[in-house]
Formats: sequence, C-alpha cells, structure tokens
Amino acid sequence: MKRLIASLLIICGLAVSGASAGSLYPEIPKAVGAAHPEGNAFMRINHMRLLRHDRDETMRLGNRDTQYSLKECVACHAVMGPEALPISVKEDGHFCKSCHEYAAVKIDCFQCHNSKPDEGFTALLMQSTPPSESEVATYLDEVLQ
Amino acid sequence: MERTVYREVKPTPAIWMIAALMGAFIAAAGLSVLYIEHHGHIVTGMNNQIVWGLPHVFAIFLIVAASGALNVASIASVFGKIENKPMARYSALLSIALLAGGLGVLVLDLGHPDRLIVAMTTYNFTSIFAWNIILYNGFFAVVGAYLFVQMARGIAPEVVRAVGTAAFVWRLALTTGTGSIFGWLVARPGYDAAIMAPLFIIMSFSFGLAFFILVLGTTFPLTGRYIGPNLVKRLGRLLGVFAVAVLYFTAVRHLSNFYAAEHGDFERFILFGDTMFTPLFWIGQVLIGGIIPAAILLRHAEKTSKGQVLFASVLIILGGFAHLYGIIIGGQAFPLEIFPAYDVTSTFSDGVINSYTPSIYEWALGLGGVALAVMIAGMGVVALRILPMTLSDANIDPTDPDF
Amino acid sequence: MKLPALNNEAVRPAELNRRDFFKSGAAVASVTLAPGVTLMAFGGEANANADAGKRWGMLIDVNKCATDCNACVKACSDENGWKMDGNPETDAQWIRKVDLTHKQTGREASLPMMCQHCEEPPCVDVCPTGASFKRADGIVLVDKHTCIGCRYCMMACPFKARSFVHEDVEDQKAHAPRGKGTVESCTLCVHRVDKGGIPACVESCSATGHGAMMFGDLNDPASDISIALKNYNSIGLRDDLRLNPGVRYSNL
Repeated sequence: MKRLIASLLIICGLAVSGASAGSLYPEIPKAVGAAHPEGNAFMRINHMRLLRHDRDETMRLGNRDTQYSLKECVACHAVMGPEALPISVKEDGHFCKSCHEYAAVKIDCFQCHNSKPDEGFTALLMQSTPPSESEVATYLDEVLQ
Repeated sequence: MERTVYREVKPTPAIWMIAALMGAFIAAAGLSVLYIEHHGHIVTGMNNQIVWGLPHVFAIFLIVAASGALNVASIASVFGKIENKPMARYSALLSIALLAGGLGVLVLDLGHPDRLIVAMTTYNFTSIFAWNIILYNGFFAVVGAYLFVQMARGIAPEVVRAVGTAAFVWRLALTTGTGSIFGWLVARPGYDAAIMAPLFIIMSFSFGLAFFILVLGTTFPLTGRYIGPNLVKRLGRLLGVFAVAVLYFTAVRHLSNFYAAEHGDFERFILFGDTMFTPLFWIGQVLIGGIIPAAILLRHAEKTSKGQVLFASVLIILGGFAHLYGIIIGGQAFPLEIFPAYDVTSTFSDGVINSYTPSIYEWALGLGGVALAVMIAGMGVVALRILPMTLSDANIDPTDPDF
Repeated sequence: MKLPALNNEAVRPAELNRRDFFKSGAAVASVTLAPGVTLMAFGGEANANADAGKRWGMLIDVNKCATDCNACVKACSDENGWKMDGNPETDAQWIRKVDLTHKQTGREASLPMMCQHCEEPPCVDVCPTGASFKRADGIVLVDKHTCIGCRYCMMACPFKARSFVHEDVEDQKAHAPRGKGTVESCTLCVHRVDKGGIPACVESCSATGHGAMMFGDLNDPASDISIALKNYNSIGLRDDLRLNPGVRYSNL
C-alpha cells in the first residue's frame, strides 16, 4: 500500500515538473503600442488602482484627458484574431483574459465596457502597413481621449 | 405564574419531512436566482414599467411580518404582560427568521446581487432605502441581543426590559422606514402619502401576529405540546383588533386620496376600475383580509375556537398579500401623470395602464423566501431552547380583563 | 547677531498661501477640483469638464417638433448603442417621442422626452449606494460601477426616464458603456459635451431642419438658450414637484 502511494506521488511529481517548463505561465500577447514607462511589474500590481482613479476623474469630474483610461488600454492591448479583427474577452488569447484566467480573478469591467477597441482604432490596425508605435500613440492621445 | 420550561424540539420524521420540503423550495429559489442572474431580468415578468414585481411583494410582506412578529415579545418585555413571556423567545426567533427570508428575496432580485457588499458599505444617506439597509442589519443585531438576554442565565429583568424596549423602538423605526420607501416617492399618485409609514406599522401588527399564531398553532400540535384555548382566544381577539385597524388606515388613505382631484384618477383605477386591482382590493384585501377575519375573531370573541383563529390568520395573511400586491404593483400599473391635461401615447408605455404577469422564477424566488424563514425558525427551535413545553392557560389571570 | 526672521513671506513673497488666496476673492470665481488645483469658471471652453459654474440644459420647442419625425431617437440610439429590439417593454429607451392630444381642446402635439436633468433629482435622493449622481455641471448620471440594480431610481423618477438593462449587452460604444443588471438613462451626451460638443439628438434635430431642440449653458446669460428662455415662455415638466429640470419645453 505504501509503495503504491509512493509511486503515485512520484508520477504526479514528474508530471508537474515535466509540464512546468514555462508552460504553466500564461501566454500574454504583446501590445500594439510602446511599452509602459512604469514597467510591467508596476502595471500588473497597480493597473486597477490607476484605472479606478482615472475612471472617477472622467466620470465625476469630466476630465477625459487622462493617462489610464480603459478605452486606451483596450485599444493598445488589442489582439487580432481570425479575419484580422480584434477579439473580445470571451475568446482565448484576449490580453486581459490571458492573465486573469491564470490568476483566477474575475473581470467585472467587460459586462459594461467593450473589450474590443472602437472602429476607428480597428481601421488603423487593419491598414495594409501596420501602424508604428508613434502613430498608435498619436491616435490614443488625440482621438480616443 | 407557573414556571416555564423551554426545551429543544425533537426532530421527528414529520419535522424532517417539512425540512426537506422547505429545502426543496429553497433550492428552487436558488436555481431561479442563478437563471435570472445569467440571462438577465428579461426572463422575469418585470420590465421598465413594472419595475418591482412579485419578489418585492413577498420580500416586503416578510419584512413587515418580521417586525410584527416581535410584537408578542414586546408586549411581554415592554408592556409587562407576563402571560406573553413564554412566547417571547419564539417571537424573537420568528422575527429574525422572517426578516432573513424577506431580505434574501430582496437582495437576490437585484440586477447585481454580486455587489451586495457595495450596498452594505456605500451609503447615500438621503435615501430611505439606504437607511433601511442599516435598519435591517441592525435589527438582526438588536433582536439577536434580545434573544440572548432572554435565554442567558443571571440576567436581571431590567436588562431584558431595556433590550426589549430597544428592539421595540428599532422595529418601529424599521417599519416606518419600509413604509416610507413608498410614501416618500413623489412621482407616483399611488405612493406619495405620509400615511404609508403608519399604514405599514399597523400592517406589521396584523400580519406579524397572524404569522405568529399560524406558525405557533401548527408547531405546537406537531411537537405534541399543549396550547391553551384561552391564550389562543386572547391572541385571536388582538388580531381582530389589528385587522380592523388596518381597514381603518386603508379607508383613511383611500378617502383622502380620492378627495384630491389630482389623485382621483388613480383612486378610480383601484376602487372602481376594470382591471384585476379592483376585485383584488375589495374581495382580496377588504373582504378576505379584513371583514371576514375581523368578524370571526371579534363577534363572540369569548367563544372562538383554536381552529377559527387559525383560519382567520390564514385569511389575514392572504388578504395582506393582496394588500401589498395592490400597493406595490398597483402603484406602478397606473401610468405617470406627466401631462395631466393631455392624453399621451409613446413607445415607452406612456399613458397606458401597465400589465404584469409574474414568471415561474419570481414565484420560486418568493416562495423560497418563505421557506427560508420557516427553515430558520425550525432550525432554531430544534437546536435551541426556544419553545416552551406548554402554553397552558395557567398563566392567564382570569380576573384580568385586558389581553 | 540678529536672527533671521521666521516669517517666510520675506523669503518667498510672491507665493500666496491658501488663506490669502481665498481672501483675495479670486476663489469666488474659481472651482477647486483637488487640493491646489483650481479651474476658472469661464464659459464655452472645450475641455471645460464638469465645471460648477455651468449648468447644461435644453430647450425644446413643441411647435417645431413634427409628429412623424424620429430623428432624435435614432440619433441617440446610434450614438449610445442602445436598440429597440422588438420588445418595447424591456428595451432601453433613453429618449422617446411622446404624442399628445389635449383632453379639452383636442390640440395635437409631439415632443421628445428624456432625462430632465433636474436640479433636485429624486433619483439621486433615493439611490441607496449613491450610484445615481448629479455632476457639478448639472448632468445627472448613473455610476454603473456602484449601481446594484435595485431599480429604486426608476420608481422615483417622475418622468420614467430610466431604463433597466434586462439582458446581456455586446459591442457597446466605447464612449457609452452599458451592461446587464444596471440602470441607465440619457447622459446628455456627456462624452460629447466634455469635449465642447452638443448632444446627438440636438444635432440631428437641427440636421432635419426642424430645429426644435436647443442646447446650452443655462448659467451663461449670453448663451442662445438663456436668451431664448428669457424672451419666450417655457415650462419644466411637473413644475409642481419643484425639481427645477434642466430641460424646458416651450409652446406646450
């Protein structure tokens, strides 16, 4: 009996170590625009705090010229799927879903907010030559504020 | 005063069957809530015209009955009628159970029940609804404390009296708040009235006592305990007085409303209209819920039997349900009078009387709330020493003319 | 040796401390958004944001509104992403056309109805979580992050302006988030107004040529709407309730 349990545990341990060659971590899609100056680690920890602050700035104070608006996040982090159209959070590979599914944290935003960027940004992404980082940044700052 | 012995109820097979039945109803309510939350309220009968429906009728009914069920204990602790003392623990437990059932229905019907913690931590204090949330939560605490001091050993009677008085005042505030949820809505002719708060108070007296008598009158025979006929008669007589008081407040409310030309159309809709609200009012609320039980309980009150009192309690509960349905749904069925001099039509049901058909999910949710209340009360009497072994007439002073 | 003065003003005379600023009266005409950040209340600026010096409102001329015209409704639904799906009882309607027939005189008229953006909104009073709120510039909105979907504001609104979202919503407009289980109503196109624009309904009404709807700052005596309100008779709906709506109707 003890030998059976021991051999089962060894098999489990081998399976886990075999699978843990990087493939347990989520595959996070690359964004369209330039990287955040604050760095990924800072954004991973603080993105909700930043979003909430700028949400209140926009909604209650009417300031639409914020740095961390959800619209701009969704646009810059758009992932193109089949037919070269952005995918929604319901599909695998969506930027937010890839991490949130791994961390098992339910996303409340996309019941109301669109998880795909607006048509103007989609048109920009679907140009024959993909837009440069500065073109993306210009669009986000001027049109999507 | 003979000594009262409180003992836990032994869970017999009959009690297990009841628990299983209640569990089934609660499960049905749970499944309904999951279905409604997943698909949205489009699967219910509620819409943009009838915004609060059957679940709210059940919820408000249970909440109003909860505050009234505490009356029996308050009469003992606050007003000193010691013949009520043996029933005081059960009265407190039942009020907690009924409130839990009512609140369960109310919060599970929200568009976002997952945001309940937001509702319990973010308050807009100009909203009577927000005050009610505080009052409901506090009610659990105050009545819980009241039950505790009644059951704990070595607590001085003055302490029980003080906590009992606090519970009594709290429940008056709670019921006033519940009535004001409707009474403070200026928008609709069926609501905007100061009398809503006292009307709800007197309804709570009536429905709460009816519920209490009904549950007591079924629990005692079920557990083989004796309940004296005089005690039932006295409770019945009190219930009869409350039923008449509800009729009085109803009459004042409708007569005052009818006198004002601005509210006349609404009153004609309720009292003399051709929708279901008219027979619901006259037959359901007034006749079944008021006149017939008052006659049973007050004519020859010295000769009413236990069966008659129980039957009258059932009628009062049915009539109370009709009363709340008429208030909550009737007030929304009548169109808003935005342009009083004009006949109006639009794509948003302006100017038309709105109809409402509750779906099976709403019935399941509402009945699940009742089942939850019964389940909690049942679990309480099985686990704790709440129910007295006997409620004989020995405690009633035969020379005392009051109830 | 003479010790240096402890009074800082000698070192930094140009800097006003907060008390001097308020005493100078400059605070009277400005709005504080956050400690140390103020916004001067001028009119008519783009990016003026939620300025307490402004009060946005509308004037609707009932005589100019055509019974068979639906342009405002269509424009609002296109702009904000709500649709009439064939279930008028549960479909959201931020704006609707109301057709009127006078009971005594038989006069027929038509007008658009939307959230009246009251100064004393009953919906804001009754919301238990404070999700229904009035911005500093008078626009009444729903904070859908805090809305628990209790629908009490819908019971309280005298104009039936609010709608409940009864089913899942997809493909929302990026500037108008809306979702199941929350309550919504006309936002006075706040996303446009914040950038100096006008609501979609007003724009479309002008485009049809009827010109029944006018939008502007009620607090600015020089705005077109204030001049029109001063010179022509207008009412607020249910004026007896003393809500002081921001939407007024003339020739009703």
